[in-house]
Amino acid sequence: MSPSPSSIAAEPGAVPAPDSHHEHHPSYLIDGTTVKSWLLSLDHKRIGLMYLFWVLLFFLVGGIYALVVRLELLTPGPTIIDAMTYNRAFTMHGVVMIFLFMIPAIPGVFGNFMLPLMLGAKDVAFPRLNLASLYILLTGAIIAIWGMINGGMDTGWTFYTPYSTQTTTTVAPILFGAFIIGFSSIATGINFIVTTHTMRAPGITWFKMPLFVWAMYATSCIQVLATPVLGLVLLLVVGENLFNFGIFDPSRGGDPVLFQHLFWFYSHPAVYIMVLPAFGVMSEVVSAFSRKNIFGYRAIAFSSLGIAFVGFFAWGHHMFVSGQSTFDAGVFAVLTMLVGVFTAIKVFNWVGTVYKGAVDFKTPFAYFCGFLYFTVFGGMTGVAFGTASLDVPWHDTYFVVAHFHFIMVGATIMAFMAALHYWFPKMFGKMYHEGWGLVSAALIILGFNATFIPQFLLGNMGMPRRYYEYPERFQNLNVASTAGASLLAFGFVIAAVYLTYALIYGRRASANPWRSRGYEWLTESPPPTHNFVGPQPTYDEEPHFYVEPKKAEVPDAV
Amino acid sequence: MQSNPTADAVGAPPPPKLAMHFASLEVQHHAARLGMWLFLATEILLFAGLFTLYAGYRFLFPEAWAAGSRSLDLTMGTINTIVLITSSFTAAMAVHYAKEAKNKMVVLMFVLTLAMAGAFLVIKGFEYSHKLHVGALPGFRYHYDAIQLPGAPLFFTVYWLSTGLHAFHVIVGMCVLAWITTKAAKNQFSYHNYTAVELGSMYWHLVDLVWIFLFPMLYLV
Repeated sequence: MSPSPSSIAAEPGAVPAPDSHHEHHPSYLIDGTTVKSWLLSLDHKRIGLMYLFWVLLFFLVGGIYALVVRLELLTPGPTIIDAMTYNRAFTMHGVVMIFLFMIPAIPGVFGNFMLPLMLGAKDVAFPRLNLASLYILLTGAIIAIWGMINGGMDTGWTFYTPYSTQTTTTVAPILFGAFIIGFSSIATGINFIVTTHTMRAPGITWFKMPLFVWAMYATSCIQVLATPVLGLVLLLVVGENLFNFGIFDPSRGGDPVLFQHLFWFYSHPAVYIMVLPAFGVMSEVVSAFSRKNIFGYRAIAFSSLGIAFVGFFAWGHHMFVSGQSTFDAGVFAVLTMLVGVFTAIKVFNWVGTVYKGAVDFKTPFAYFCGFLYFTVFGGMTGVAFGTASLDVPWHDTYFVVAHFHFIMVGATIMAFMAALHYWFPKMFGKMYHEGWGLVSAALIILGFNATFIPQFLLGNMGMPRRYYEYPERFQNLNVASTAGASLLAFGFVIAAVYLTYALIYGRRASANPWRSRGYEWLTESPPPTHNFVGPQPTYDEEPHFYVEPKKAEVPDAV
Repeated sequence: MQSNPTADAVGAPPPPKLAMHFASLEVQHHAARLGMWLFLATEILLFAGLFTLYAGYRFLFPEAWAAGSRSLDLTMGTINTIVLITSSFTAAMAVHYAKEAKNKMVVLMFVLTLAMAGAFLVIKGFEYSHKLHVGALPGFRYHYDAIQLPGAPLFFTVYWLSTGLHAFHVIVGMCVLAWITTKAAKNQFSYHNYTAVELGSMYWHLVDLVWIFLFPMLYLV
């Protein structure tokens, strides 16, 4: 409709759209080199990169806590730390990984970077809010980390009352930090919803949006609608700690189960805040590396919304043993399984996309394979949990730990790594070493399995989660799990090394090294500051449109 | 659509700046409003948590809830409700005048709104000081002799938390409106550019709306 100013000059027939001024347009990476031009940048790409830096740092912190926990569990008795430190370590592992890595990771990094590119926009709708959300996250993180250093917390990441209002550890600052981090999540969510509604380029209709955008849209709806409730409940627990209202104290008439309801009303949908972006990434990756049209575009798009919707009504499955009525348990069990239905729709569509595709087995596709495996097995154990009767014996055992690490962590980390590798050339304009990519992907997937399959077995044998000591007979599997965790860590170290190397010495990437049809590849690598030079690209085809996969060229042969 | 600038009154304020990433001013305005609606949704959910607490404990302690509700000052509550609804009316009128570029009327309307907001807080302050005086305080500090029922401290905890959170929103809303009033005093708003007035007014309506729920819940039923 209304062409951008520079395209008015271009005559209608000019195909390559000559730019009005021919000089080189600097990429966003070098357009402004001062520290200030980064820290105060309103460019969604730079903000995405800053998010990447911070979430990787938080991932490292959370990972170190995880290794401490695994090392402690190497022997049945005390190994390296005392019981109280152990309690703090697993709590901080959960808090850091969930609030500072998993929730902001894919939306903050790849959502920020890719959403405007995929919509043909120059930026997100509210660039200042976008920058603010990063600094709100960091403010919350600083407060929470200050609390961790000054005492830590031993409640587990679920902060269940009444223990969390009575423990002597420093609950208040950490919860207040998480409360502030919630605002960051809300701001990002609002920004992405408005961006999707208002910033789509001419030609990109709702059903021509890339599936990653659909997933981010569904995620943002959850972020906007669920996070305020967590904010309130965290504030109440902080208030309990500081002023002792007794609102969740059973000795004064308060109801701790009410806390659980409010907490899980957020924290169950939060699982989908973590995993829906992962589904979005994988929808992109599977189509690009199968070189085949995505199978069931609308089914995948709507099942994202379906998961977001049903996810709001499944929280009770965390409380099957908390004194919830049998009727409630039955309702929540059915609703929980509906999530499984929507997820299965996606899984079948992904598999349908690979079927008879021309698979290009690059690193992102390796992660896709791992992802599919974790989603299927994590998901199926989830459905098993959803049957309220099976949940009772498994409740609070390592089976739960293994289950949610498979579905929520496994799927998200696979997607995070896949996204990092798939979009690395677009973000940095450099190529990484494919061989090392595959090696580290294999190590990470194997390490993940080696860590959590023993935990499934341990849980099934009855080992409770969060315990400091355990009987002798559980030791073999615990050693196996710790060994797996070390392998996993080693895989990440390799990835960190070759990606850093590629950042500096990597070969220059072309605009579209994977020959992907995704809209984000229509610009240069790395993109110029306002994403497109000259007139906007036209969006004639759908974003996952690969005709005749057999004839498609092999990207970057040899 | 792209409205005709010549038709506006002479000396009308210029249209707002179009940020580089928006296609047109309409889109920019639409984006701002959509963002505000989403933000209001988050606010409603924030209070929804408190409403859940209210509902849960009302179900557990109906006697304490009835007694606590009766002990609240219905006259002051009613006056406050009328004051707040009227302030919402003046806030809405401010949007109306902003669209007509009558910035002086915008200032007047917002000053009236702020005055009523102040009155609301003052009346609320009287109620609070009475509660402080008789000892109807949350949690352990509760020593109100007139109501000694199980759950009564919880009623007053919910009362203080919800009205306190609401009062906090009133104060934030007053700051926002005051800031927009200074912009109106600089004659900045017109048919092209009334987004700030509209958003501020929307926020104020939300503050009003929350009270419209809190008032019957705490004072009436």
